[in-house]
Amino acid sequence: LEMTRTMLAEGVYLNYLPARKFKTSVLSAQFVTPLQRDTAAAHALLTAVLRRGTVSCPDMGALSVRLDKLYGARIDYTVRKKGENQCVGFVASFIDDSFVPGGERLLEPVAALLGELICDPVTVRGRFVPAYFESEKVNLIDAIRSILNDKRDYASSRLLQEMCAGEAYGVPRLGSEADAEKITLKKLHTAYSRLISTSRLELFYSGSADLKRVEQALLSAFATLPRESVQGIPATAEHPARQEVKYVEEAMDVTQGKLGMGFSCGSDDSAAILMGNTLFGGSSNSKLFMNVREKLSLCYYASSVYHRQKGIITVSSGIEFANYQKAYDEILVQLEAVRRGELEDWELEGAKSTLLNAYTSMGDSQSKLENFYLGQIATGHSESPEELAEQVRSVTPERIFRAMESVQLDTVYFLKGKEAEA
Amino acid sequence: MKQTFYERLGEAVYQETLPNGLRIYIVPKAGYAKKYAFFATRYGGMDTRFCLDGEWLDTPAGIAHYLEHKMFDTKEGNALQELAKNGAEPNAFTANAMTGYYFDSTDHFEENLEILLSFVSIPWFTEESVAKEQGIIGQEIRMVEDNPDWQIYMQMLKAMYSASPARTSIAGTVESISHITAETLYDCHKAFYTPSNMVLTVVGDVDPHHVVDLARRILPREGGPVIPRDYGTEPEEVAQKEVSCQMEVSAPQFLTGFKCRPAREDEDHLRMEIIGDLACDILLGESSPLYLRLYDQGLINTSFGGAFETMPGIAYLYAGGDSKDARAVTAEIVKEAKRLCEEGIDEDFYQRLKRAAYGDNLRGLNSFETIAISLTEGYFLNFDPLSFPQVYESITKEDVVAFLRENIREDRMVLSEILPKEA
Repeated sequence: LEMTRTMLAEGVYLNYLPARKFKTSVLSAQFVTPLQRDTAAAHALLTAVLRRGTVSCPDMGALSVRLDKLYGARIDYTVRKKGENQCVGFVASFIDDSFVPGGERLLEPVAALLGELICDPVTVRGRFVPAYFESEKVNLIDAIRSILNDKRDYASSRLLQEMCAGEAYGVPRLGSEADAEKITLKKLHTAYSRLISTSRLELFYSGSADLKRVEQALLSAFATLPRESVQGIPATAEHPARQEVKYVEEAMDVTQGKLGMGFSCGSDDSAAILMGNTLFGGSSNSKLFMNVREKLSLCYYASSVYHRQKGIITVSSGIEFANYQKAYDEILVQLEAVRRGELEDWELEGAKSTLLNAYTSMGDSQSKLENFYLGQIATGHSESPEELAEQVRSVTPERIFRAMESVQLDTVYFLKGKEAEA
Repeated sequence: MKQTFYERLGEAVYQETLPNGLRIYIVPKAGYAKKYAFFATRYGGMDTRFCLDGEWLDTPAGIAHYLEHKMFDTKEGNALQELAKNGAEPNAFTANAMTGYYFDSTDHFEENLEILLSFVSIPWFTEESVAKEQGIIGQEIRMVEDNPDWQIYMQMLKAMYSASPARTSIAGTVESISHITAETLYDCHKAFYTPSNMVLTVVGDVDPHHVVDLARRILPREGGPVIPRDYGTEPEEVAQKEVSCQMEVSAPQFLTGFKCRPAREDEDHLRMEIIGDLACDILLGESSPLYLRLYDQGLINTSFGGAFETMPGIAYLYAGGDSKDARAVTAEIVKEAKRLCEEGIDEDFYQRLKRAAYGDNLRGLNSFETIAISLTEGYFLNFDPLSFPQVYESITKEDVVAFLRENIREDRMVLSEILPKEA
């Protein structure tokens, strides 16, 4: 798996991943910008407004015609949180040249359309089309509110907001409803001009075309991109450890309770924490799965995620309201078991091979590769999946126990039912 | 071993049927690190009433799914842990007409495959282990009950069907699963987990002969009888025109469904699925005139989408999302179908949609899971899923119009809504 990274212009990089085995090619253009309360919603809105039309395809109908003719090429806008940076842009996917009947080439026209979406939006008197702005603003507010609909996601998001209140990491990916409400057409334009001229632009390509051809297509697509005093990518701040655990409860008319627990990780031995987390709750053979679910039958899911980019661990589980204390206690007991090294050999072997399997098969998925490298770049890392696999291979049990010693309970969030209030 | 090369798709498929009746497909994928195995039985959430040894049995709703959970238990412990040692994370799902077990791994593939075939074919339940699962599945059921996407979909099926077991949730209810015992699980395993009712598909850089030899060595020598199933007799009419409920959601949501003529279980099945998909795209897909108009009017947003689905004995086209005026949207859908039937489909539009749909199907072949599931479905329903390029070529605008005329009608329509809880 080879990645070639080249600079195409000031603050514009191409990450080129050659591959012949896929039916499709992927081309992605992502601006990397600090995640901030006052700009997050505007950037999210911006991508949606840009996706409405370009000078040459001024509405969604015209864009659809163009994409359909390119054998159902897709260009989706994306808004992602990577560490304390927000990545906004477009991901295009289209069938690889070898499968296009008649030998038509799709890379060049798709790249051109990608460039137009970013550099050449349809405007009225120098501003975005007011109708597009208004309707996408409503859609964004609806999307922010709709996180409520999936209670599992909702609980995870609420846990992060509470745990990282006041930190950039606590800012939701799409920003907040209140901030979205405040966006005006003028403000959106200012955000647009600043984003495209001063933010780092990371381009990704995976497919069968050679590097020269991809560079040419992108240079021509982004020829008019303004570039001035491009900002670097800021580092993600460490989560400040809390003196006392923060407890938050919320009541809703639901049938299942959602328990979320956030932990800070003092150790910077991230490979060891990654292993420790996999043992704790990161796989279906983890301590949480085998005990909270299989042994005690308390839940259908209980799992943990290591946010490597921020140095925290979060646990989530769906339980009966009445089992709150039981589940809470058992989760802490299992963390303690990992810390004390109460592990069978097969658990250690299993956790290691689970992670190695994930790194080794990364190259089998274009979307995983794109997402992985974007995450690396946006958090100032440069290891390849192979290098990360090597780090995992060299982790010793002692390093795991030592690193997990630094994992401290920080914040607990519980979504309970309304009847439980009485 | 039969080998078919699909030149336009750049794929080869090896096919073998063992003497015990097991069908095996192997799709070699050079250059991929991961290898994927999918072992499935033609038995799902809808198969609650069937005939075993001459006797008709009525089993509790949710039993196929319960069985899926319990299959991971082995005499020695649990198959999850055995596979875990090799870094393979197995999983399984129960659909309406299929239960599938799978894993992918980069190392020790054959060893893992052996574990997969063994645990799925050798049941091991005790009353205690069956009872223990009540809590876990009970919480799985509670989880989906709080999920509006699931609620609105089940509500739609209940409105559309009066006899079909599609009305019942695949996982059953907390009440229905309380009647499941080790004995009923053994009965269901005996009936449906016979090699002749199953398919093994392997995708990845493997030696096809090794896979076949391994399956021959591990699996039982004998197949089983064909098990008659009863899916009820479903009338043409819908059961209920409209149904709604209140939940903790951010905005009103709706799903509208059109009860369609069921597809035949032969090559016509793929044809009808593709016609249904095309009809859906032409009627209300992202580049259809209707979608663009409703989006501009703010009646729908990007959450809006639709699909055509088939299950044993039934088929339906459905669409929905968030909307402040579901009735206006459904009225527009019916009106647009009528217009298409009267005026016909614009030729340019039709040609580019077909092109886009072809690209979409090809894209699906990047996914090992998609390949395995479609080969399995194709085997169960007697069609070749990889013949889609030829099927696309054979379909005309008139086929799509005929589908719309027959199925997208007011009297075939139901409306399912979820409204935000009033404070």
